[in-house]
Amino acid sequence: MRLIATLLFAALLVFGIWSFVDSETFLLGPMPDGYSWWWPEYTSTFGGDIDFLFTFISWLILVFFVGTMGALIMFVFKYSKKREGKAVFSHGNHKLEMIWTGIPAALLLIIAFMQMTTWADIKFAGATAGKQLFAEVFASQFDWRFRYPGIDGRFGTADDIESVYEFVVPVDEDIVFNLRSHDVLHSFFVPVLRLKQDAVPGMTIPVWFNSMEEGTFDLICAELCGWGHYKMAGRITVVSRAEFDQWIVDKTAEKYSNGQENQ
Amino acid sequence: MSAPTTTHVKPGMGAPGTVREHHEHHELSFLRKYIFSTDHKVIGIQFMFTGLFFFLIGGLMAMAIRWQLAWPWTKMPVIGGILFPNTGEAITPEFYTMLFTMHGTLMIFFVIIPLLTGAFGNFLIPLMIGAPDMAFPRLNMFGYWAMIPAIACIVMSFMNPGGGPAAGWTAYPPLSTIETAAPGSLSAQTYWLLALTWIGVSSMMGAINYVTTIVKMRAPGMTMMRMPLVIWALFIAALLQLFALPVLTAASIMQILDRTLHTGFFTPTNLVVNQMNPEMVGAAAGGQPLLWQHLFWFYSHPAVYVMVVPAMGMASDILATHARKPLFGYKPMVYSLASIAGLGFIVWGHHMFTSGMNPALGMTFMVSTIIIALPSAIKVFNWLGTLWGARIRLTTPMLNALGFVAMFIVGGLSGIWMAATPVDIYIHDTYIIVAHFHYIVFGGSVFAIFASIYHWFPKMFGRMMNETLGKIHFVGSFIFTNCVFYMMHQLGMAGLMRRTAMPYDYETYAHLQPLNQFISISAFCLFAWQIIFVFNFFHSLWWGKRVGRNPWQGCSLEWEAPSPPGHGNFDHQIEVYRGPYEYASPEVEEDYLPQAKKLS
Repeated sequence: MRLIATLLFAALLVFGIWSFVDSETFLLGPMPDGYSWWWPEYTSTFGGDIDFLFTFISWLILVFFVGTMGALIMFVFKYSKKREGKAVFSHGNHKLEMIWTGIPAALLLIIAFMQMTTWADIKFAGATAGKQLFAEVFASQFDWRFRYPGIDGRFGTADDIESVYEFVVPVDEDIVFNLRSHDVLHSFFVPVLRLKQDAVPGMTIPVWFNSMEEGTFDLICAELCGWGHYKMAGRITVVSRAEFDQWIVDKTAEKYSNGQENQ
Repeated sequence: MSAPTTTHVKPGMGAPGTVREHHEHHELSFLRKYIFSTDHKVIGIQFMFTGLFFFLIGGLMAMAIRWQLAWPWTKMPVIGGILFPNTGEAITPEFYTMLFTMHGTLMIFFVIIPLLTGAFGNFLIPLMIGAPDMAFPRLNMFGYWAMIPAIACIVMSFMNPGGGPAAGWTAYPPLSTIETAAPGSLSAQTYWLLALTWIGVSSMMGAINYVTTIVKMRAPGMTMMRMPLVIWALFIAALLQLFALPVLTAASIMQILDRTLHTGFFTPTNLVVNQMNPEMVGAAAGGQPLLWQHLFWFYSHPAVYVMVVPAMGMASDILATHARKPLFGYKPMVYSLASIAGLGFIVWGHHMFTSGMNPALGMTFMVSTIIIALPSAIKVFNWLGTLWGARIRLTTPMLNALGFVAMFIVGGLSGIWMAATPVDIYIHDTYIIVAHFHYIVFGGSVFAIFASIYHWFPKMFGRMMNETLGKIHFVGSFIFTNCVFYMMHQLGMAGLMRRTAMPYDYETYAHLQPLNQFISISAFCLFAWQIIFVFNFFHSLWWGKRVGRNPWQGCSLEWEAPSPPGHGNFDHQIEVYRGPYEYASPEVEEDYLPQAKKLS
């Protein structure tokens, strides 16, 4: 049993290290192109800060994981062997307690302080205050709707454009939008943008991001919103400024040709 | 039974009459002895059987969830035809939401909390502090019987025509309060809330009893700092329940009022749910959905610690006993338990980092959450310190306790990711969260419960559980648990959302189905492996090897009583001379020095 127990805990240790070190092919072999067992590549300006923090914490975790699991495995292997005599008669060690309270406390405080600016940059009201509102985003069971101010740049006018499912935004620009819900809670989650914000009925929540890459990405509802939660999908299409302006023009033309003056 | 045992009761304490009454050993009828019993041991065992029964039901629900995630919308084998005759024997999206709602509810409120505090709290507290019974035996009986309306309500809720509650175990409004938001649910959500309220009554009765018993009924010489850690842990968990439960009860009643009288505590104005404004039918509005989240987590975060603090205490006791070595750092262990509980009241906002709560408030919750990692780390280091230089006996309880430590390390460390607010933006509500809390609650609490059942089974029933079967059960459970829950981290890395019935239509998640199939197969194996435990449990109940008072050579007081202890617990006078972990003491020849042993 001694060997089996040691091997069991050692297997968890190896498994753990493996998942950190080899995120490309971990366990199930190579991934399809563009996928890994780590986070997907980020495309937003603040994605780098978030990923750095995640990676930093991950390495710290790994060190503690290896240390504590290593000790556990060693002690199980060493001290479950049949031996003469009694165990060490010790009720603790004050100095050791100080050390293993002090060091983690210091590391935890470092983690606490190093993330504050990142959080403030992403979420604090100051990050969006006074900036031009790009769109209004409405979540409802079970779709996403996006309202643009249209050519006149003002909301609530006749030329407002509404898009369902697809959120078209220009690349390399700060996109500030108001997030709302008419019915239940939803959550605006774009994995590659590292952006998640709940939509709360009765609240208007300003959100911002800046995508550094063009392409289309999944927008996923991340808060349980009813039976259709799993299919409450959207797409974010990031295009160049010129393409975006052209899209607005096309949408406006489409709207008037359909005779929908009164949205 | 020679000496009178009423001397355990300190002079001047309340209700000695009830205590003495227990010691008139007249034979009770079957009904009074096993069903309407006021004996803490019987009540504890009642809680245990109830908890284990719901563990089976909750586990079956988990299997159904795993079936859907591995092979979505396909014919479910065996039971598909009975459950879903109209949808090609496959799970429907509505049913999936009900499944994970009920899985969470049952596992938390009907399995883990009743098993830890109800079963072991009841069974162990009087025995380990040297008391003949709880301070309020009839209140204790009421505590168990309050489970019955709770069970009735939760069954009504799930068997509701149209379907069960579908708002998740967190029951966030307006999904939970507006009937048109989850059309299948009808009154299921109301019954669900009533069930929670009754469970709260049950926990409250228990908590009052535990605190009073521990404060007032310790045997002579049993100072607070001589109590075994499991008693400290149960004491602290009871305090958490006492202070936090009223908030959940109030919140549940507010939600019931929202649902039945349309009070609108959690309903904002101008909702349009399913093309219908609740205000059109006379519902009040002007409320705030976030208010529920604050109230709910103000209880449910401390409840998270109710689900793990007793497990920590049990693991500490079992580790020391089977390591044949004093627990390392008793005082730091007590202080860290207390600080986990204290800090546990000011971290609830970390469930709400992305909820729309003021981000500045999020930052303060981040700091308190980061700090709460510290006492958990101290506990791990002290458990390792206990193992250092020990004479470990790798018995089944010990193996499970070691498994608890190993998996608590994994679950504890992944918690640091979540505490970091910017990281939480990405991982909030993903499978990293699911992996994290299953490592704590399944890898942690459930393994501690297994350890405790193996450890205290001889005391409960006077017979040993089979060690060989126990070890086989542990090895398989440990392997499959890690196969299931470790791989969920990888799902979460890919950003996979929890509560998603069919994720593979998203480009982001398209590649995750094989991994989910691996997890599901492991989960089915894990479930099937528990048959060994069930067999071992019932077989040992009747045919296990009979044991004496102290089969593990433990130091704490429960081993002074006969196995199983009779009504009134102890047959001789108990006096305590030292702390609970005097293993390897140089004062005596054998490697343990019981708390109640007088040295000349």
